[in-house]
Amino acid sequence: MERLPPMDLMRSEKMTLVQLIIPTESAHRAVTYLGQLGLLQFRDLNAEKSPFQRTFVNQVKRCAEMSRKLRFFKDQISKAGIVSSGPAMQPDIYLEDLEMQLAEHEHGLTETNSNSEKLQQSYKELLEFKIVMQKACAILFSNHGHAVSEERELEDMNSKGDYVETPFIFQQETTTEPTNQSCLRFISGIICKSKVLSFERILFRATRGNMLFNHEPADDKITDPISNEMIEKEVFVVFFSGERARTKILKICEAFGAHTYPVPEDISKQRQIINEVSSRLADIEATLDAGTRHRNKALASVGDHLEKWMDMVRREKAVYDTLNMLNFDLTKKCLVGEGWCPISAQAQIHEALQRATLDSNSQVGIIFHSLDALESPPTYFRTNNFTSPYQEIIDAYGDAHTAGLIKYRDPYPFGVDPSWRGSRSELAFLNSLKMKMSILLGVVHMNLGIILSYFNACFFGNSIDIRYQFVPQMIFLNSLFGYLSLLIVVKWCTGSQADLYHVMIYMFLSPFENLGENQLFWGQGVLQVFLLLFALIAVPWMLFPKPFLLKKLHDERFQGQAYGKLNTTEMDPEVEPDSARQHQEEFNFSEVFVHQMIHAIEFVLGSVSNTASYLRLWALSLAHSELSTVFYEKVLLLAWGYDNLIIRLIGLLVFSFATAFILLMMESLSAFLHALRLHWVEFQNKFYHGDGYKFKPFSFASLTDDE
Amino acid sequence: MYGFEAMTFNIHGGYLEAIVRGHRAGLLTTADYNNLCQCESLDDIKMHLSATEYGPYLQNEPSPLHTTTIVEKCTLKLVDDYKHMLCQATEPLSTFLEYITYGHMIDNVVLIVTGTLHERDVQELLEKCHPLGMFDSIATLAVAQNMRELYRLVLVDTPLAPYFSECITSEDLDDMNIEIMRNTLYKAYLEDFYKFCQKLGGTTAEIMSDLLAFEADRRAVNITINSIGTELTRDDRRKLYSNFGLLYPYGHEELAVCEDIDQVRAVMEKYPPYQSIFAKLSYGESQMLDKAFYEEEVKRLCLAFEQQFHYAVFFAYMRLREQEIRNLMWISECVAQNQKSRVHDSVVFIF
Repeated sequence: MERLPPMDLMRSEKMTLVQLIIPTESAHRAVTYLGQLGLLQFRDLNAEKSPFQRTFVNQVKRCAEMSRKLRFFKDQISKAGIVSSGPAMQPDIYLEDLEMQLAEHEHGLTETNSNSEKLQQSYKELLEFKIVMQKACAILFSNHGHAVSEERELEDMNSKGDYVETPFIFQQETTTEPTNQSCLRFISGIICKSKVLSFERILFRATRGNMLFNHEPADDKITDPISNEMIEKEVFVVFFSGERARTKILKICEAFGAHTYPVPEDISKQRQIINEVSSRLADIEATLDAGTRHRNKALASVGDHLEKWMDMVRREKAVYDTLNMLNFDLTKKCLVGEGWCPISAQAQIHEALQRATLDSNSQVGIIFHSLDALESPPTYFRTNNFTSPYQEIIDAYGDAHTAGLIKYRDPYPFGVDPSWRGSRSELAFLNSLKMKMSILLGVVHMNLGIILSYFNACFFGNSIDIRYQFVPQMIFLNSLFGYLSLLIVVKWCTGSQADLYHVMIYMFLSPFENLGENQLFWGQGVLQVFLLLFALIAVPWMLFPKPFLLKKLHDERFQGQAYGKLNTTEMDPEVEPDSARQHQEEFNFSEVFVHQMIHAIEFVLGSVSNTASYLRLWALSLAHSELSTVFYEKVLLLAWGYDNLIIRLIGLLVFSFATAFILLMMESLSAFLHALRLHWVEFQNKFYHGDGYKFKPFSFASLTDDE
Repeated sequence: MYGFEAMTFNIHGGYLEAIVRGHRAGLLTTADYNNLCQCESLDDIKMHLSATEYGPYLQNEPSPLHTTTIVEKCTLKLVDDYKHMLCQATEPLSTFLEYITYGHMIDNVVLIVTGTLHERDVQELLEKCHPLGMFDSIATLAVAQNMRELYRLVLVDTPLAPYFSECITSEDLDDMNIEIMRNTLYKAYLEDFYKFCQKLGGTTAEIMSDLLAFEADRRAVNITINSIGTELTRDDRRKLYSNFGLLYPYGHEELAVCEDIDQVRAVMEKYPPYQSIFAKLSYGESQMLDKAFYEEEVKRLCLAFEQQFHYAVFFAYMRLREQEIRNLMWISECVAQNQKSRVHDSVVFIF
């Protein structure tokens, strides 16, 4: 084992459980430095406590509050459409200062916002008033103009005597003449365009039809001060009569959020009011502009630092979240933490911790030492840009139990004598060839998998696995399928006509029968009997001894340990209850046995089905070659048979699309997927357990924006 | 299609059923409630909720929180869930989902009308309305002076219109009238919903009739208890009971003549499912009755999730969330008023 070359690519880094005892005064700094380093994964020692019962809950809350303020700024900035001029260089500030600054900024901003909101409100009202004035006048005057003709019409009708009840329209005409003593009045206002229809309907119902509703779209869109959206509105004028109707209509207006504005009936007065309103509008607009400029300036100054501050708050929150995972020791002066780190990184961590002690002028250094762990360590692969995608593919199946293996998938290059092409038995020959090649490949691949399990067992120093799992597995697989591979190779070399199906099937059905013409080499019959015998022995070999041996080992280990265990607990009173060091192992024989049984059965049945599964290589190849033949012959050659340029072009187009999308894209995707499956299932189930968990060091670099 | 839901249900309902079951998995658990009950301040509650599905809705709230903010935001989450499901739903599920909100609609109508009667500001009233029961012209309700106007002006456009056929009178509105109107509307609504579910058939009908029957019976009991000692006549009282449910019809006859709570109890104890509810109460007590009913309801709603391929899960989810929001409101209120000893009085654990 020692002589093997280092397997950096194949094995996890060696991990160790470490304990940190950090004086409170340097704790924050130490954790910050560790976060910058990003090589230590803290264990949560307070898992049973709810988030608000932990030590640093107030700091976490403060950070959450700060990030809320920062989000508010970000929102405001994006609403105002300010583009940051790039991060300004700024000396590091302390969190407390930042908190104060943020509070100040927020206070200022909300104040300006509320001021400008009030202004916006009055601006909006004035604008609406102006629009209502203009539009309502237009409506009133157009009615006036119509009125003359209507009157004439009415008179005509009245004279004919067939139109008697027209009091409503008749009175409407009189409204524009204030001298007339009429009870007909009107209300004018403005309402959202989307509500106009239902508004009119309700008005109609409420007044029992005794009203006239005129409306006209406003020319400008009006900004809604709350949502900052442009809303289309319509000006309306309702004519009605009676005091009760008036209160009703006003109530309905209120209910619909329609603003009513009085419009004087005198034209000169209208002009005067419009002028007044316009000048006031201009004033407010100027004020608003100044306010917006001021606000944008303030926002821009915040925006320059925003990214940096957000990053800082995020880090700070992460630091306190990590500190919350630590325990106070008995004296309440130190924080005790546990975590995992790669052994190779211990020096770096040590250095960072020393720096933290120095920088925070602490009298007491940070104690950093390794512990023995019974819990299995997390899995950590050093990856680079090239290997990380492959590792991700493996991780998708399950994290290695500190022993993963990265495998590169290469295309399998093979060639066939081109003289077979086009011959009648081409397909039969190729199928047989490809099937046999698939099986050869599969057997080699699976053997490699089992051999890897040998290295895994060596690595974990597990001789039981070698003796009672690796050896019988090798024997079983090779005495059946290794033998098949041998037959295939011999058949190829000798050019024999033997029927291999027959040989394999009758090897089980009647092992002592003469092989006859299917005999490939001398002594084959005897060899078969022996191989079958080996395979049959291998099954109980891999099934029974291991669980019994494990039970024996366990019994030996814990025999007479009552004293020892009591001692350790008394000697180690400070051990945290959920520390990784304490790990009671219970041995449940029936469970272990059932587990082993499942494994053995899985292997025995699996070796058959897995070998068959490698035939997918043949199937893929067959599908691919058939598809390409079909496209070539039935599309391209067929089209070329015509002496027509258009048909040829279409044929060429179809052929090239089929080639690009079906043969190149889809087929290579399916080839990838099948290779992946062979790798995950048929290969990895021989040695790869995938029951580890990934190393997730506390690192600032991995903090994401969405937090 | 009785019995064949499994074959065709997933064509239209599968996605949404998956969604609603996912939402259900996000409901607060007993462990969550235990943690929430230990909170010292509303900020703690916010912090705890930030790890749940309410997190995104509360994270941007500035720090001195109020109970109303928490409840409002949590309701917003429910409304968002509901709207998302309604957008995705096809017939008849969309109609079913709409039926769920009619109850809130009735409550909102009653709220606005009562508020206007007591001369409250309409905007203020609108803010108090449940967002699920909003409809376009709801604010116009304030204009109406009597039932007939109420119906003719506003409600004729809403889905509640058919339920009004029984309570159109020209009487002026007063508190008593409004309460009778609420119960008449609710009765018509429940009967309509019940009929709709029967029409849907299958598992939906089976489970929904159980849930709606429970609702109808609970209302019958509440109407009885609330009308004891008022001028409501026996006949009027009986008219308010829904015409289905376990108590219909003989239980209703007996409830109609009850004069005090113990008589109600005697009537209810004849029905085994309600025996256990009343067994929890001491004689003459009606305070804890609400909680007992809520607990029973939650139990039944949770059972709705045990079967697949039916619509009752949507109803159950909405109701459970509403119960959860009621719980949160109670807990927040207790925490805010330093009455933590009373937290358990009204919280109904869902899981």
